Amino acid sequence: MIQFQYTRATEARMALDAISKDQSSMFIAGGTNLVDLMKRGIVTPERIVDISRLPLNKISYEGKVLKIGSLALNSTVAENKLVQHKHPLLAQALNAGASAQIRNMATVGGNILQRTRCHYFYDTSLPCNKREPGTGCGALEGFNRMHAIFGFSDKCIAVHPSDMSVALLALDATVLVEGSKGQRRIPFGDFHRLPGDKPEIDTNLLPGELILGVEVPDNGFAKNSHYLKVRDRASYAFALVSVAAALQIEKKVIKDARIALGGVAHKPWRLAEAERSLIGKPVSEASFQQAALLAMQGAKGFKHNEFKLKLAPNSIVQALKVASRMV
Amino acid sequence: MDKSNLKNQQSGEPRNESRRGFLKQSAVLTGVALTPAVALKAAENQWDEKLAEALEKIPLKLEVNGVSKSLMVEPRVTLLDLLREQLHLTGTKKGCDYGQCGACTVHVNGNRVLSCLTLAVMQDGQKITTIEGLAEGEKLHPMQDAFLKHDGFQCGYCTPGQIMSAIACIREGHADSAEEIREYMSGNICRCGAYPNIVDAIVEVKNGGKKV
Ligand SMILES: Cc1cc2nc3c(=O)[nH]c(=O)nc-3n(C[C@H](O)[C@H](O)[C@H](O)COP(=O)(O)OP(=O)(O)OC[C@H]3O[C@@H](n4cnc5c(N)ncnc54)[C@H](O)[C@@H]3O)c2cc1C
Ligand code: FES
Ligand code: FES
Repeated sequence: MIQFQYTRATEARMALDAISKDQSSMFIAGGTNLVDLMKRGIVTPERIVDISRLPLNKISYEGKVLKIGSLALNSTVAENKLVQHKHPLLAQALNAGASAQIRNMATVGGNILQRTRCHYFYDTSLPCNKREPGTGCGALEGFNRMHAIFGFSDKCIAVHPSDMSVALLALDATVLVEGSKGQRRIPFGDFHRLPGDKPEIDTNLLPGELILGVEVPDNGFAKNSHYLKVRDRASYAFALVSVAAALQIEKKVIKDARIALGGVAHKPWRLAEAERSLIGKPVSEASFQQAALLAMQGAKGFKHNEFKLKLAPNSIVQALKVASRMV
Repeated sequence: MDKSNLKNQQSGEPRNESRRGFLKQSAVLTGVALTPAVALKAAENQWDEKLAEALEKIPLKLEVNGVSKSLMVEPRVTLLDLLREQLHLTGTKKGCDYGQCGACTVHVNGNRVLSCLTLAVMQDGQKITTIEGLAEGEKLHPMQDAFLKHDGFQCGYCTPGQIMSAIACIREGHADSAEEIREYMSGNICRCGAYPNIVDAIVEVKNGGKKV
């Protein structure tokens, strides 16, 4: 790891000041992604600003909104009674990610901002437009089993690896951020971006902005939600495909629905059309099959990930069945 | 040091240099009790290189296995490397160094974390417990006894991490069934495949009801 300067911030103002001093500064929270990337020379900040002690780790409920501080640990959020009661989908998604040790270190802000796990991004001897713009996308013609089937570009076909983010997207969360120009709120669906011509930029967070927390509004999904994660081993592996499914059901009729996918795009992938198709439909396999069919419109596989074109719709149907207690 | 680290350091060199330059300069300008003449001589003898190095180290206080330590560390040193190389506590193992195996699991304020993915300086003021801190004199921790009794290892490389993780697993309340234990121990990989015996050991300690 190259040498860098270290600053510990004890309040948000101090962190924002420190980060604005020099372009190559980066925040560090749990360190579970950044330390890994720094060891490999994939990111090389000259200064890191330790935000892990900022007083931004509270979980509270105010005005029908659950507020989770950006420095709350993944394990703390997953074990929190309010979270489990109001948004079990979020707790489930968190527990599906990484390992108990990593969840004890990883923070909410860091989880949202974790980088892709694409092998070409990770191996500094291979081409990758995300790591080194202009070098080409190694995965496009290379080994692309883990890669995107939606929203990719000819510059990048990597996927976003976060499980928690898929649940937050389905739950209509908002990200609260602060920068030199003050605070702003970003709807979760607008937080991450598609690769387009600039795959090196993962999100719409501006340089120097700090995530303060996420807010999840009340909803009617607590009784009928499910996070399904399909992976190469039973635990401690990234998703091939994951589904966050949430339904509001009254007298066996679907009143409202949310579906988001992980492991299929450069950002957590919301299925608005499929959601709409479910409203007013009976809880049945046929309704779910139809939604899954709609969900897959526009999907395209590459040499090694064509299996996702079948795995994704099957996973959607399965997640909806479990959410609605059909199985 | 593995190959990729070496490569990174090389590719990071120019940047390092310029920053070192900055550090040297600021060290000289802000004095650090150096008269210009001494500073000049220091530069000639490349003491400034040593000075920069000393400035790059920052103070760190830790309580490790109940003993307070006042240390000087470079910010880039991980907690794992600090434990093994500076404090010579080699019980904590380096399996992958990238968060993928759990061999480096230690407790920070009682919670299990991966020491390879945290910088030592980030743990300033915290209480660290390693495998060396479990036994009380000659008396092993119940989890260590259970691993021995159930043959919870073959080569033993993953064992310190497994034991630290297993204790936390029970404390967290995630050891209520073999299935739950397997899920919450999934961050500890065992190449020898001692998993069934590890689960048996944890089940026994959990059912024994002793404080862990
Ligand atoms: C072996 C392994 C397996 C894993 N498996 C999974 C998995 O299955 N599912 C999954 O979802 N994740 C998985 N992860 C990833 C893990 O969830 C992330 O590494 C973690 O969530 C990152 O959080 P952190 O606090 O440690 O972030 P850090 O490493 O501290 O930071 C990550 C990035 O976010 C920035 N940042 C952090 N906080 C803020 C903030 N408040 N404001 C602005 N910028 C900020 C940092 O500058 C950095 O760029 C795995 C990781 C490992 C090592
Ligand atoms: S050495 Fe830390 S997880 Fe492998
Ligand atoms: S005992 Fe050999 S790796 Fe686990």
